[in-house]
Amino acid sequence: MGNFILKTIDKLKPTFSKGGKLGWLHSTFEAFETFAAVPATTTKGKIHIKDCVDLKRVMSTVIFALIPPFLFGMWNTGYQHSLAFGLDWGLLQNVWFGFYKVLPLLIVSYVVGLGIEFAVAQARGEEVNEGFLVTGFIIPMIMPIDIPLWVLALSVAFAVIFGKEIFGGTGMNIWNPALLARAFVFFAYPSVISGDTIWIEGLTKAAAPVVDGFSGATPLATLAETGVAGHSFLDMFIGWIPGSFGETSALAILIGAAILLFSGVASWKIMLSCLAGAVGMAFVADSANVWNHLVMGGFAFGAVYMATDPVSSSQTEVGKWIYGFLIGVLCIILRLFNPGYREGMMLAILLMNTMAPLIDWCVVRPSIRRREKRAAVTN
Amino acid sequence: METIRLRKGLDLKLKGEPQKKVLKTITPEVVAVLPSDFKGVTPRLLVKEGDTVKAGQFVFADKKCEQIGFSSPVSGTVKAIVRGEKRKLLSVDITPDATTQYAQFEPIAEVSKATREDIQQRLLESGLWANIIQRPYGTIAKPTDTPKAIVISAFNSAPLAADINFAIKDDVDAIQIAVNALAKFTTGKVYVNVNAEGNASPLTRLQNVQLTAFKGPHPAGNVGVQIAHLCPIGKGDIVWTIKPQALTAIGKLLSKGIYDVQRVIAISGNRAKEQCYVKCLPGTPVKDIVAAVGVKEEVKVYGEKIGVRYISGNPLCGENVGENGFLGFYDDTVTLISEGNYRELFGWAKLIRTKKYSFSKSYFSWLTPKKRYNADSNTNGGVRPFVVSGLYEKVLPMDIYPVYLLKAIITEDIEKMEQFGIYEVLPEDLALCEYVCPSKQDVCKIVQDGIDLMLKEMA
Repeated sequence: MGNFILKTIDKLKPTFSKGGKLGWLHSTFEAFETFAAVPATTTKGKIHIKDCVDLKRVMSTVIFALIPPFLFGMWNTGYQHSLAFGLDWGLLQNVWFGFYKVLPLLIVSYVVGLGIEFAVAQARGEEVNEGFLVTGFIIPMIMPIDIPLWVLALSVAFAVIFGKEIFGGTGMNIWNPALLARAFVFFAYPSVISGDTIWIEGLTKAAAPVVDGFSGATPLATLAETGVAGHSFLDMFIGWIPGSFGETSALAILIGAAILLFSGVASWKIMLSCLAGAVGMAFVADSANVWNHLVMGGFAFGAVYMATDPVSSSQTEVGKWIYGFLIGVLCIILRLFNPGYREGMMLAILLMNTMAPLIDWCVVRPSIRRREKRAAVTN
Repeated sequence: METIRLRKGLDLKLKGEPQKKVLKTITPEVVAVLPSDFKGVTPRLLVKEGDTVKAGQFVFADKKCEQIGFSSPVSGTVKAIVRGEKRKLLSVDITPDATTQYAQFEPIAEVSKATREDIQQRLLESGLWANIIQRPYGTIAKPTDTPKAIVISAFNSAPLAADINFAIKDDVDAIQIAVNALAKFTTGKVYVNVNAEGNASPLTRLQNVQLTAFKGPHPAGNVGVQIAHLCPIGKGDIVWTIKPQALTAIGKLLSKGIYDVQRVIAISGNRAKEQCYVKCLPGTPVKDIVAAVGVKEEVKVYGEKIGVRYISGNPLCGENVGENGFLGFYDDTVTLISEGNYRELFGWAKLIRTKKYSFSKSYFSWLTPKKRYNADSNTNGGVRPFVVSGLYEKVLPMDIYPVYLLKAIITEDIEKMEQFGIYEVLPEDLALCEYVCPSKQDVCKIVQDGIDLMLKEMA
């Protein structure tokens, strides 16, 4: 099998190399080639050995960590639908329904995003970056399941082109691209992402009234209206509540967090300080719901998967503490004092993405000062 | 003796550490003097083919500073002057005599009473001056400078590198003479830094120096890291560094008046049939050196037969000289590892990659911390932009933000390069950053480019 793959690659390679018939597709071909086998490139400079970790490994670890909330999201989509419509579904039916509903979102996200990434890589003559494999997986998870596919496609295109490629591609972006997609939907198509019916598949279009007394409101919405979350802490922790596809289960997200922290792929400093910031701010401003805030809405998902994005977060270790803490604080402030939009996590992270370079500048400054102080000459 | 403990860094466990025995003395058929060993030097050739030279006689000098010359390590006949494109001088090959004729320099009986000028004259006229390297930039020291300190690292911490304690164990007297002499050049101290772990260094017996012990993983043995903790370099500062084996040569020059640069070097790496030490001269063909132990020829990795990489130096700081290359002027190790031109099917996707080490915990090599690995030159992935943050810092025990420095260099912003510490680093100090980088950035090349730019701009 292995030999067959390598032989096929060798056979196709001339066609896709520069000068070959399909030479203009060489970036695309290389993307698949290096996916199948770690390439035979060797070190050129004075360093002769390199660690066996590469960006593919880092990114696939993140995707691995995203799987628990994704699986839970599939089940919960079916479960919420069956609740709303009074259906008596079992585990498998719920999961199958969720899978059937999320698959189009995933396909649209990857096809649109990777399509642009491949085209840009091709135009630049670079290798295709792995970054979008994570972004494209996250985007459906932070959207309501009922989002129209064309809105999703537009938001992905916006995020990839204006969030990433115009800055120079992976590693150069200022904002987390997945959050930018979500922000795009929020500001450009507010009707798609607000209200109480959009969180449950089928509810928006349902002609007949659903089960008596059923409300599709998310805890954050209920909290904003009534001052209580409307669901028990345990419900929200486990996640069988309405919400974006992948964000509801703090439990599943915690499993993902364990994978990220254990493998060292995400910064524990950001996660911990984000938690501390949120708890601290909630104690001050909304002491009745301190712990609820941690399991409501997108806080857990944002703190674990989005705030820790290494490119758009703070680059310095001290900066990571400040950056994470302020995300936590801002998230709670926005939730409590911003009537227009109850979910503060998205805006908190995007705002701190913007501030991260400033934080880093302040952190790096003392090192520069020390260096200037010991300078024997001044120019 | 003060001990400085460094926590950041990484000790790579590679197969092929040299055993502590000196196998033999290599008698080469040809010895080369290579201009490429000397950074920033434009050579002016002083011999022609067929000339006879003595050991310690210049074969070329630096056009920019003609006092600094580069000597033949043997006596013999100039066999060939090898030139490349645009007649660039590549090497001067010398066929050695059966018995070495040394150029005679006047010995200095009592170094403590000699002046800097006397000592400097001996070092310059013999060609040993080229062993003194200055920071910043890592170029050969200028005879007109007075450094604020002279720092000597008496141990290698890089993987597979020669054990300096073993290589210089009989040379302490000569080294004492050399450090006494070098003390005349600086207004500050002569620092000798030993390893706090393992066997005590014979150099702890030295007088007239500031001894410091360094404890911690690689790059604790890098002189650049040590300088950062002893006497950090600011703008305008100059610190000189020199390797212990060059001190031996200086000691012999001052006491006997001869240019004797024979040294004990290690042959290491998993592709050598035996790993041990041999005595030889810089400029000896690598082929002659490795012939002492033999090379493992037939090695397959993932079904592909792969070649040998001949490194003058160690895997984290060395020159890929090839089978027909020579031992570098400053090097004390020849390392033979496998080339990495094989493809590993779905390597990045394997849950556990038993044959490879990773600093990252996303693989599970951290579960077997004592296991040693076969080194090879595969990059293990393609080049990507900087993505992961905070990783370089884990292996760099210096007050430097490496990614900021690298980005300043890439954008050729001299002011920022100064702010982020370009004066304090050489590529070897950031070697581990390049090793651990998942984006496979050529960190060391970027640093070298930055230094070259500074040399150009500051000249």
